[in-house]
Parts: sequence; C-alpha cells; structure tokens
Amino acid sequence: MANNTTHTTEYKVLVRILLVLMFLTFVTISVTSLNLGAFSVTVALLIAGVKGFFVLSYFMHLKYENLLLRILVALVFVLFAVIVLITFIDYAYR
Amino acid sequence: MSEKTVHVEVHRDDEASKLGMWLFIFTELLLFGGLFLVYSVFRAEYPSNFHEGSLELSVTIGAINTIALLISSMTVAMALTAIQKDNKKLALALISITLILATVFLINKYVEWGAKFEHGLYPGSPLMKYLDRGHLLYFSLYFFMTGLHALHIIVGMVLLTICLFKVRSGNVNSKSYIHLENGALYWHLVDLIWIFLFPLMYLIN
Repeated sequence: MANNTTHTTEYKVLVRILLVLMFLTFVTISVTSLNLGAFSVTVALLIAGVKGFFVLSYFMHLKYENLLLRILVALVFVLFAVIVLITFIDYAYR
Repeated sequence: MSEKTVHVEVHRDDEASKLGMWLFIFTELLLFGGLFLVYSVFRAEYPSNFHEGSLELSVTIGAINTIALLISSMTVAMALTAIQKDNKKLALALISITLILATVFLINKYVEWGAKFEHGLYPGSPLMKYLDRGHLLYFSLYFFMTGLHALHIIVGMVLLTICLFKVRSGNVNSKSYIHLENGALYWHLVDLIWIFLFPLMYLIN
C-alpha cells in the first residue's frame, strides 16, 4: 500500500532556491562591509530569516505539508520569539 | 471449499514518522534557540568585544562553509526527488555528494579551530583565562555553538550514510522513502542552524 504523502519537488525548483540562498549569502556579507551601525544586526537577522524561510518551505517541503505541521512549526518560532522578548524585558528592567 | 486469503500488511505510518521527526527537530531548534538567547544577551552587553572577537574569524572560511552547506542541502533534497522518481543511481550519487560536502565543511572547521588552538585559544586554555569578560564570552560561545553544530554535522553524516546503504539495498525505494526523508530533514536542520550562526559569529559590525 502506498503510504507516501510527500510532494515531489522538481530539480529545477531546488536549483532556483539554492541560487536565491547563495545570492542572499552574498548580500549578507556585503552588507556587513557597509557600515550600517545598529541596523546591521537587524539586516543580518532579516536576511537569515528569509533564508530560513526558504529552507523550511522548499528544502524541508513545509509548503506542501498539512496545516497541522505548518502551524506547529510556526508555533515553535513564536514560542522562541516570546522567550527572547520576555528575557530582554527582564534584562532591561532589572 | 472456501478460499483462504492470507492478508499480510506491514504496519507503516509515514505521516506519523515524519511528525515524530519534526517533534525532534523542535527540541533541536529550542536547544540552539537557548544558546542564541544567551548569545544575544551577552552581545547586547559587550557589543565591541563581540565585534573584536569576530575579527579573529575568517569570513572566507565561513562563507565557503555556508555555501558548502547550502549546496549539500539542495543535493539531499534532490536525492529525495530522485528516489521518488525511482532513480536509484542518481539518488546514490546525490547522497554521496552531500557527504563529500559535509566532509569539506568539517575539514574547514578543523583548519579554523586548529589555527585558534595554535594561538593558544581553546576552551580552558591559559590565554582564555586572561581575556576580558566580553572576549571570553564571545570565544566560549563560538567554540560551544560551532562545536555543537559540528557534532550535528557528524550525526547527520552518520544518518545519511545509513540512508545511502538503505537506498543501495533497496530498503529505501520509490514506494517507501520515509527514512531518507527524515534523514534529509535532519540535514536541512543543520543547514538552517548554520544560516543563523554564520552572520552572528562571523559578521559582526
């Protein structure tokens, strides 16, 4: 009995995602050499976030997974964001 | 006379296997998440020390490793596509390329860490004890986070090697490929963590 639920991602889609990821890596490195001051961390994390989104959506094929799994993954990131937020609030006002 | 039908069905639930793998990945994400949290608090406290510390690292080596991991992530994703399309030969080749790229990553890490060790910079070294608190925190986090990540690379290589043998033996095939799928998920996780480690460790402005 076939029990496979996975979507087959075409080779060319994977190549395209790789090119996007490579380009974003190049952008991150170039942005660091510009002096953006306090913005450089934000930009670096923003780019890393976009790269992470592509890896999760296409390489880890979350884009084609069921809604439950996608919500669970999103919740883990929300949980982490909340932990970071609470830690920094605690750290700022102690 | 009635005909006897023997119905043998091996219990399989790929959906549940995958969900289990994802739950494990969640614990890994939170493990590294905790470390990133420690990192960000100390970076906020010692921004200039973290910047100086990052200047000691080679952006070139970091960039090569980033690209090696990105390509390897694609090749392992392609290996899954290949097995789904019943192209065993291509799948074997792609998993092998992934393993070679993982080895490249580890060799780079060896060179990088080796240079640090030669300068007397390693966890618990006499030099480390005399560093400022900010520098000490940066290098301790650097060794711990990249070390834990490298350990994950090694684990990923073991998993992918098992997948390689399973594909070769036909245990993993176009009708049943959950082992390769989960192995690939683990490998993507390793890539995902590096995507954040690279800018945070090497590119501090």
